[in-house]
Order: sequence, then structure tokens, then C-alpha cells
Amino acid sequence: MSREDYEVVIGLEVHAELSTKTKIFCSCPTEFGGEPNTHCCPICMAMPGTLPVLNEKVVEYAVRAGLATGCEIEQNSKNDRKNYFYPDLPKAYQISQFDRPLCKKGSVEIENEKGEKVTIGITRIHIEEDAGKLNHDEFGGGSLVDLNRAGVPLIEIVSEPDMRSSVEAENYLRKLKSILEYIEVSDCKMQEGSLRADVNVSVRKKGETKLGTRTEMKNMNSFRSIVRGIEYEIDRQIDVIEDGGKVEQETLRWDDVSGKTFSMRDKEDAQDYRYFPDPDLVAIRLSDDYIENIRKTLPELPESRRERYIKDYNLSQREANLLTASKYLSNLFENTLAICNNPKATCNWILSDISRILNEKEMEPNEIPFDENHLAELITLIEKGTISSAIAKKVLEELFENVNMPSKIIEQKGWVQISDEGAIKEVVMQVLSENAQSVADFKAGKDRALGFLVGQAMKQTKGKANPQMLNKMFVEEMNKM
Amino acid sequence: MEIYELTVHELLEKLDKKEITKQEILASYQNRIKEKENDVQAFITITDAEAKEQLEKNENNNSKLAGIPIGIKDNICTKGIKTTCASKMLENFVAPYNATVMDKINNEGMVMLGKLNMDEFAMGSSTEHSYFKQTKNPWNLNKVPGGSSGGSAAAVASGMLPWALGSDTGGSIRQPASYCGIVGLKPTYGLVSRYGLVAYASSLDQIGTLTKDVKDASMLLNVIAGHDEKDTTSAIKEKKDYTQALKNDIKGLKIGVPKEYFDDGIDEEVRESIKQAIEKYRELGAIVEECSLDIAEYALGSYYVIACAEASSNLGRFDGIRYGYRTKNYENLRDIYRNSRSEGFGAEVKRRIILGTYVLSSGYYDAYYKKAQQVRTLVRNEYAKNFEKYDCLLTPTAPNVAFDIGSKVNNPLEMYLADLCTVPVNIAGLPGISIPCGLNSEGMPIGFQLIGKPFDEETILNVAYTYEQNTDFRKNKPEFRN
Repeated sequence: MSREDYEVVIGLEVHAELSTKTKIFCSCPTEFGGEPNTHCCPICMAMPGTLPVLNEKVVEYAVRAGLATGCEIEQNSKNDRKNYFYPDLPKAYQISQFDRPLCKKGSVEIENEKGEKVTIGITRIHIEEDAGKLNHDEFGGGSLVDLNRAGVPLIEIVSEPDMRSSVEAENYLRKLKSILEYIEVSDCKMQEGSLRADVNVSVRKKGETKLGTRTEMKNMNSFRSIVRGIEYEIDRQIDVIEDGGKVEQETLRWDDVSGKTFSMRDKEDAQDYRYFPDPDLVAIRLSDDYIENIRKTLPELPESRRERYIKDYNLSQREANLLTASKYLSNLFENTLAICNNPKATCNWILSDISRILNEKEMEPNEIPFDENHLAELITLIEKGTISSAIAKKVLEELFENVNMPSKIIEQKGWVQISDEGAIKEVVMQVLSENAQSVADFKAGKDRALGFLVGQAMKQTKGKANPQMLNKMFVEEMNKM
Repeated sequence: MEIYELTVHELLEKLDKKEITKQEILASYQNRIKEKENDVQAFITITDAEAKEQLEKNENNNSKLAGIPIGIKDNICTKGIKTTCASKMLENFVAPYNATVMDKINNEGMVMLGKLNMDEFAMGSSTEHSYFKQTKNPWNLNKVPGGSSGGSAAAVASGMLPWALGSDTGGSIRQPASYCGIVGLKPTYGLVSRYGLVAYASSLDQIGTLTKDVKDASMLLNVIAGHDEKDTTSAIKEKKDYTQALKNDIKGLKIGVPKEYFDDGIDEEVRESIKQAIEKYRELGAIVEECSLDIAEYALGSYYVIACAEASSNLGRFDGIRYGYRTKNYENLRDIYRNSRSEGFGAEVKRRIILGTYVLSSGYYDAYYKKAQQVRTLVRNEYAKNFEKYDCLLTPTAPNVAFDIGSKVNNPLEMYLADLCTVPVNIAGLPGISIPCGLNSEGMPIGFQLIGKPFDEETILNVAYTYEQNTDFRKNKPEFRN
């Protein structure tokens, strides 16, 4: 049997760090980085006698995430202890939620590889605290504990096993990321670990209704490794089955360098977390009013923006999707429009040149150094013919290096377009005199010759000549000959 | 009468009349400690120098309690001074913060004379489970002082402290108070902040007072009670002056006496003594009736399930990584955990951690932990039903008097029975007070317990006070017999 004979089943447990100012159970800052053990206090270090106090913002953010993903909100929730020993877990238990998560039974809509809409169920969203970090071998063989991250608030978003390919898994995660960014509950910086996923993969023969045995890849923090990891696991599991073996239920570590998964724990270590309600914390009771007030303040979500872009600005489905995937790009689009009112051009600049540069520089949209004022002016300068689009691209590159208004940049660099008829004519006449063969070709009906002549003129003017004027004048002059 | 024999309100009167000075008070207690600590062994840490400094520092503190000495059970965190929980695990642990109650004590300008011995991590009923020493009962030095706040009770009873703070999870204030012939008050769960109390069982632990009489208990409760934003389980209640509740009048008040606490499980002399107390209450005009608390027999079992479950989790943090004892004998992480905890905890603590781990394990949770929580609800309901009829309930504090050191330490089940009468009160989160009501034929103190409605400390304080004012039992003094 081949891969086509199998169905893939994928479920994701996504951990998103919430962007509250303080930790979930104490008032230490949540800021990333910092010297080890400088963002902690007796409470998040689990000194004896200390007690947790739940940060209300954490509940609010989680409810926001729940409402944005269509979840039911649990009005009588609680915190539970998940007990296990590890040096990065100072209390030897993580305060999490077990049987009454804040949110449950939601869903998001994504597109599969065929462009069809697929609904991915969300089982639950619960709040919990992050653990600290171990630094290995920095000082001669030992491991050191850094508790700066201990107690940073997380939500865990558990999906149903509804995804059927790595593409769906990627699209689902992108969708969640964009929703969390829109509702401003997490900055979703994957490279800093503030958005990471445990990926559950299983395969079964097509037509089989029982789920296959799943494996879980822990702490995946880039789209690329998630897709590669899933593809690897699918192949590995099918190979095991095809060879007559059985897939073991286990926890795996994905290694990006070798492109393989490795088993993390053996079975004799099967954990019993001994969950029980945390007696140090009181029940979380949420009133109807509380939930409705949060619902009212939810911002417009990507779904609705997307529809609006297609309807109001005539953007294609693809363009609308790409723009709204990042809240930052979508905001840049709308804010720029408000100034220059040119949806098509604005969309093109963002999706082609700006996105290309972001890719090249491996930057996130929110790291773009300029804003809507710069982009709107750039577009207006092209519209007015002050610069050519070739120059505009150079201005854009410059904007990523040194932010300044585009008009100032072209002035400083002497990039203003030559639109003076006398100057253009001078260049045209000179190019014509130097390229008799091309003139002859043009006369013989070879249109390509015109392009060559314009190119020559651009070369002489270092790209500053107005291309439309060049075109027009070359044709006029040659027709006179 | 020596200064160290006075109650705190008597000290305050004499200070007011300028008959004594704060320096004389401190000197009297410090001398008494020098004289008696060798016999009684109540302290883990004595803070002589710090106490003198503290007194000087508070020269201008206008609080009426400024300069009054106090002792603190060694599971309440004191900034800069060791908090050991009587465990090898925390032998050298110094908290960088104060428990909320310590902040309150310090704000009053009180002077801490030392940290008091206890059963390790407050697990025990005899103070025999201390890693450091065996505290003796001042009435008979061969007997236990009770526990786990045995050091607090013995120090107050022997005049080494005018009063002390303890903690009570299943009777750890009331039972040693009864064994040592003093007054022990466990407030309603949530009345006093637990911040800085090293947790044994979070849903049961409560800080309370060990004092020479009821008025002192009211005064010290005034200091420590109140909501604390650092403890979300602490209740938001109006501030009260509990001394106002002491009216020496209980006419028409209804007291229920649960019949279950007068069966064969209770020592005969204890029963007799309490029957006399009941007669005294009738004389004083109270209506005393027999009532029933038949679920109470299940309370002890449910207590050990819940308390051990919480303890198994609460004590996980003592792992040898960040503070406390770390084994020298390790090659890997697993060894650090296993050996640090094996070597750092005593037998009783390990017993309860293992029990608690078991009852929370998957497959057993429903049969034990969940069922114990259901019993807890039933216990609470049964108390509530009784409180529809009675203003408070009266029981023995303990089924017996202080027993011989070493006589029960190898029989945990028998030891657990010492908490039979006090545990249901913690399970229901109610206030309870133990007051002395006589001596048995061997001259050992007997106490009875009054149980009140949630946050109605006033009633039990008044009922206790009225008894105390109309009897002479508080005048008995321990003799340090050998």
C-alpha cells in the first residue's frame, strides 16, 4: 500500500504566552530576556509559605481568545495543580486547569490545499503558568535554572483531531496566530517561544473509523519545522505499519538539524500528574455581564476584514487572505489607504516588495521601521509622476535602512524623475543617433526595438527619465524619420 | 507575683500605672527562658539580641502592645531569622520575607523572643516529630506537650512567653493548649492570612493564638485577623474588636453537646470533667442540650485523605534544587530528588506524603480524594444544621490528657486519634477554642472545646470567657514534675 491509502489525523496543542504586563500569580514582569533570575520573587521562586494570587487580566485575555474562537465560556471555573518534579518547575506542580477550563467547544475556519473551507474544532482553552528555563553546560558541566519565565501566563488551545494534512495544520496555526494578534492577547513571537505547539500525529487506513496510535512532538516553534515534522512522522508511521509493526504512543522531540524525531521519555516514566483543585486559589466565577463586556470590546477579526477587502476594495481572495493574515500588515494597509486612497497600489506594495524584503531580512511585519505616512507618500509620488516605480523600489529599500519621508530621500539622493520635455528630447535624440540599427528594426515593425531604446535612455539617465514620456517621444521622433 | 506569671492584659494595666517597664517585662521573660528552657525545650531559635533591638526600635511606637513579648511557631516565616518547620530539610532556611501575621506583630511593636518547636511541618500531635528536640510538658516533663504547636503551648504554660502564635490544621493549637492547660484559639478558616505560613494542608491550615486566658486570645486575634490581598482565601470581613465580645454573660444562650464525643473512645476522667463544665454552664444560665454529629466519625478519615493529599503536593517544592537540604550523595537529577527528600524529611512527613500521593493517583482519586471531599461537605452541612438550633457546640478538646513521651510514636493510628475531636472543626472551617477545665488524678490538665459558627468568634470567646471568669482552673500552675 502507498501513502495515498492512508488518512492522516493531526491535532494541535498550542501554547501562547499572554502579553500581560505581570505574571499570572505574582507581580513580576513578563518581559522576555533579562539577566537570569532577575524577573522573579519569592512567589514565582516557590519559597515556602508564599501563595499565588490570580492575575485577573489573564482570565480576561483567555476569555477574549475563547470568544474570538467561538468557544463557550465556563462561568464556574477553577485552577488545578498538575504535579511533577522538574528543576524548571519550582513548586513541583504547575497551576493549570484540569476539568473546568475557561473556554470550550469552539472552532476556526481554515482553507485546505484545494482552497476548500474546513472547520477545525477547538476542544478547550485553559490558563496555566509557564515553567522556568534550564541552561545546560554553561558553567562546566552543571545545569543552571533561570526562573524569569516561571509564572508567565499561558493559554493552551487544544484542537480536535480535525486536521488531515501538514498544510491544514500550518493554516490552522497561522489562523490562530493571526486571531491572537488581532485581539491583542499575545505577541505570538515564535522565535522567542511565545507561540509553540505540541503536534499529535496519527495515521489510519482510509475508511477506518478508529483513530490510529498517535505520537506527540513537543514544543515546535516554527511553521517550517511543524510541516517537516508532520511529514516525517507520517512517512515514519506508515513505514512502521507497512513493515508489519505497531506505532508506539510516545512523546517525541523534533530535531531540525537531522530532520528526524527522537523519543523523549520511555514508557516506564509514564507520568501520573495527580491533578487536584488548587486549595490556595478560590473558584473563578464569571458573570454574564463580565463576559458580554469582553465580547463588546473584541476588535474586528481577520475573517470580517477579509470579506470587507474583497467587497469594498475589489481585492482578490488571495490578496485579502495574505493581507489579513498579519494584523500589522492589515493595519498598515488600512492606514495607508486612509491617506492615499489607492487600494490596489497599496496592496501591491505590501504583498510584493515589502513582503519580499521582510522575507530577505527575516523580519516580522511589526518590525517594519516605517509607517503608513511613508508608504502613502511613496505611492502618491509615483501617481504624480515625481518618481518612477523603479526609483520607488530603491526608495523602499532605503526606507528599511534609514527611515525618512520618501520626498526627502529622493531629494537627498537626486532621484527626482526627469519629466522636462526638453531634457527628455535631448536624451531621445542622442540615443536615436547612436542606435541606427534599432531605428531601422522599429521601422521594419519590430516593436521590441522600442523597448531597447527606452532601456538605453533609462541607462543614460540612471533610471530617472519618465518612462511614459520616453516611450511617447521615441515613437513620435521615429515616425518623423 | 512575678512578671512572667501575668497575662498580657495584666501587663498592660501595670504598664499603664507605670508599676513596671517594658524593659522589666523583657528581662523577666528572658530570665524565665534561661531558667526553664533546659527542662522544657520549647524553642528552636532564641532571639535574645534581636528582641532587645526590637524593643529599642519601638521606643516611640504608640501601639498599646509595643514591647510585649511573643513567640512564633517555627513554620511562620520571619524575615532574616530561621524558619525551620522543625525539619532537617529547612535546618538553615532563612526567609527573605515576613509572613503577613509577622508584619502585623511587628507593626504593633511586639518583641519576638524566639521560634518555637513543633512536629515537623506541623504533622503530628506530640511534638515528638521534631528533627531538633523533644519539647516536654511543663506539668510533667515525662509527658508530651501535644502538637503540633507543642513548643508554643509549653512555652506559654511555663511562663517563658506571655503568648504565642501557632497553626492549626487538625487540632495543632487546641490539642496542645488542652494538654498544657492554656487557652488555644483556632479562628475560622479565612479569618487570618496564611501568607508566610509554610503550608501543610492549604485548605485546613489556619494561624491562631496560644494564650494564658481568653481576654489575651481576643486581644491577639484583634492583631492578626483581617483580609490580606496576598492570600485570596482570606475573607473580606469588617474589622472587629473581639474584646468587646467578652460580656461574662451567657444567659439564655444555647449550647449543643454532640453525644458522639462522650463514648468509650473518650477517657473517663476527661468525660467527668467536661460534664462538670456543662453543669457550670447550666448554673450560669445557658441552655445546654445533647445533640448529634453522627457524620463526625468519618471526619478523621476524610481529614487524613485531604490533608495528606494537599501535603504531598505542598511539600514537592522541597526538592534540593533552590533552597533547603540537598544530599551530598548524587550522580544525577533523580538522585538529588530521591536522596534529598529521603534524608531531609522525617518518617511521619514521608508517611503522609506517600499516603497523599497514593490517594491522588489516577484510579484512586475518586475512591479517596473525591469521597473525602464529599464527606467534607456532609460534615459542614451537619454543623450548619446544628447551628440552626445552637449558638455553639461543646466537646472535649482531646479524648485524653497528655501521654508519656514515646508511648505512641510508633503507633501512628493511635496517635491520630488524639485529633479525633478537633479535626472535624478544620474540615468544616469553623472557629474553635480550647480552655482548661481541671486536672486529672495525675495532675494533668484537661480542656474542653467550644465550636462556633463561621466568623462568629465572638460567641465562643464570650462563652469561654464566662466560664473562665466563674471558675478557678486558670489559676493552676504547672510544676515541672519529673
